[in-house]
Amino acid sequence: MSRDEDLTRLLLKQEIDEFLYHEADLLDDRRYEEWLALVADDVRYWMPMRRNVKFGEEEHEFTRAGQDINWFDEGKETLTRRVKQILTGIHWAEEPVSRISHMVSNIRLVEVNPSVEAPAEVTVKCRFLIYRNRVETETDFLVGKREDLLRRVDGQWNIARRKIVLDQNVLLTKNLTFFF
Amino acid sequence: MTAANQGYRPGLVDMAAGQISREIFVNEEIYEEELERLFARVWLFVGHESQIPKQGDYFVSGMGEESVILCRDRAGKVHVFLNSCRHRGMKVCRYDEGNTPVFTCPYHGWSYGTDGKLVGVPYFREAYHEKLDKAQWGLVEVPQLCLYKGTVWASWDPSAPPFLEYLGDFVRYLDLTLDGWDGSEGGTEILGGIQKWRIPCNWKFPAENFCGDSYHNISHRSVDLVGIGPSGSGRRDMQERQMARRLHVALYERGHQTGVYVLPKDLPTPPSYQHSSVVAEYFAHCEEERRRRRGEWARLIGSPGEIFPNTALHPRQPRTIAAWHPRGPHQTEVWRWYLVDAAAPAEVKDFLRDYYIRYSGPGGMTEQDDMENWNYAHAASRGTIARRYPYSYEQGLGFETENYEFQGLRLPGTVMDITETKSSEHNLRNLYRRWAEFMDAGSWGELATWRIARAAE
Repeated sequence: MSRDEDLTRLLLKQEIDEFLYHEADLLDDRRYEEWLALVADDVRYWMPMRRNVKFGEEEHEFTRAGQDINWFDEGKETLTRRVKQILTGIHWAEEPVSRISHMVSNIRLVEVNPSVEAPAEVTVKCRFLIYRNRVETETDFLVGKREDLLRRVDGQWNIARRKIVLDQNVLLTKNLTFFF
Repeated sequence: MTAANQGYRPGLVDMAAGQISREIFVNEEIYEEELERLFARVWLFVGHESQIPKQGDYFVSGMGEESVILCRDRAGKVHVFLNSCRHRGMKVCRYDEGNTPVFTCPYHGWSYGTDGKLVGVPYFREAYHEKLDKAQWGLVEVPQLCLYKGTVWASWDPSAPPFLEYLGDFVRYLDLTLDGWDGSEGGTEILGGIQKWRIPCNWKFPAENFCGDSYHNISHRSVDLVGIGPSGSGRRDMQERQMARRLHVALYERGHQTGVYVLPKDLPTPPSYQHSSVVAEYFAHCEEERRRRRGEWARLIGSPGEIFPNTALHPRQPRTIAAWHPRGPHQTEVWRWYLVDAAAPAEVKDFLRDYYIRYSGPGGMTEQDDMENWNYAHAASRGTIARRYPYSYEQGLGFETENYEFQGLRLPGTVMDITETKSSEHNLRNLYRRWAEFMDAGSWGELATWRIARAAE
């Protein structure tokens, strides 16, 4: 790769980093409608459950999108309803609202299409650490991996697909009232 | 001595007054007694045969606090074993599910066949001089197991009545969850993926809620406003409420209870699943079939219920079975299985799965609010002062009906008609009535009261 190509890629990486941090800010600042605006209309938001399986049977570790029960497996319609529910002010599981921080790290661009010079779609992997604290002392740490497909529409990045892989078997959080 | 360090004693559950002490939810000694007197004697839901279709298939499940293995042996027979090596107690299986010829303990290497027999002992010749009686050291197996319409049930008590006798007339209500919507016997299957999660509350909070807590409308007001139901609004299709009798049904001698709707004679079941024409058509077709197969009993429509003590049924929307596993007095681990009609077209199953996920479980927009309520109801009941004050279960006390009949349909159980009164705590009282009987009784001889009555005749 030439130095120019390296630089172009670095700038794209910087742009994607900024986008993911901005998204995390919107969620943590409870600007849910602005966050929804970053979500593509055809989004698939999927969080499988994870089984303990024998070495060599990894293909059976995850519940399947569109076939099994998952923690989440939905499109924008349901995500929008989730936002509306929080905004009713009587969604008791988020009333009073939780204090949440999204930490996003290990960001890597794993695929850029059609090219780094003119990127229209980017597949990006990262780690997340979500800290939730609510009411008085209730505290959850959720750690895992995300794989996002980001799409550029009219110069603006959108979330077109999100796969969320939580590093837990039995979910140690009583509910999932927040976004990953 | 303060109440906090006393165990269970009569008076904590006062059925005449409709009051129950908070001690039974938060007291650690009572919890320990509960494991012995309740969970070691009742029938518990373990899983579904469709999870272990082939020989050697297994699914690790739970009974009370303990891990058990549900498996199908080489001859095709279904077993439930305690998941603990007989030599030093190590779990012989730490996978959630799979297929295996043997369970080998990773500590010292004892191995067991899928029929539970001890088949491998390292240094059997050298160290044991071939004197260990392997026949005595197989995996601990439940003394009683029952397969019913695909579901698997087990009890640790050899003296417990057989499962169908334990159910009694409740079997008719259990069938509302297990039969196909078209009325075909046991026409349901389990969707892949069992949800498991922890709630910081005593297991009896979710248990009583599913018995038929018809009073917690405010809990779900936000989801009702937003609308996630299968006809595009609300959280479920609830048109029955406009035309049917709404009932709470409790089996006093058994401890099982459920909500039901009974439609008037010759009135069609109201339309449901209107958000998708394919799904709406499927259910309309099933409804016709159900009427043909079940006749007058097709007028009976299910609503949440509970098989004593900790198996919750959600027979209609969404269709689920949940086990409330105790994890100490202050924590519950929920395991939830989701059911669909096995014969339903893929598009119907897809629609239902999406609906189930957005409704139920920790990600479900309905149950999220339940869990918040159970969490903090429990937390605020633990204090020395708080536990001096009982909870009220007085709704509808004294308004129960025996031999309830509506337009020719006579329902088994003791009924509270809540069509006009909107709500009752009849079913919740029944759970705790039976719970107290279990805590008091020394043996199944005292608990199987229906046998005593029969013998006296």
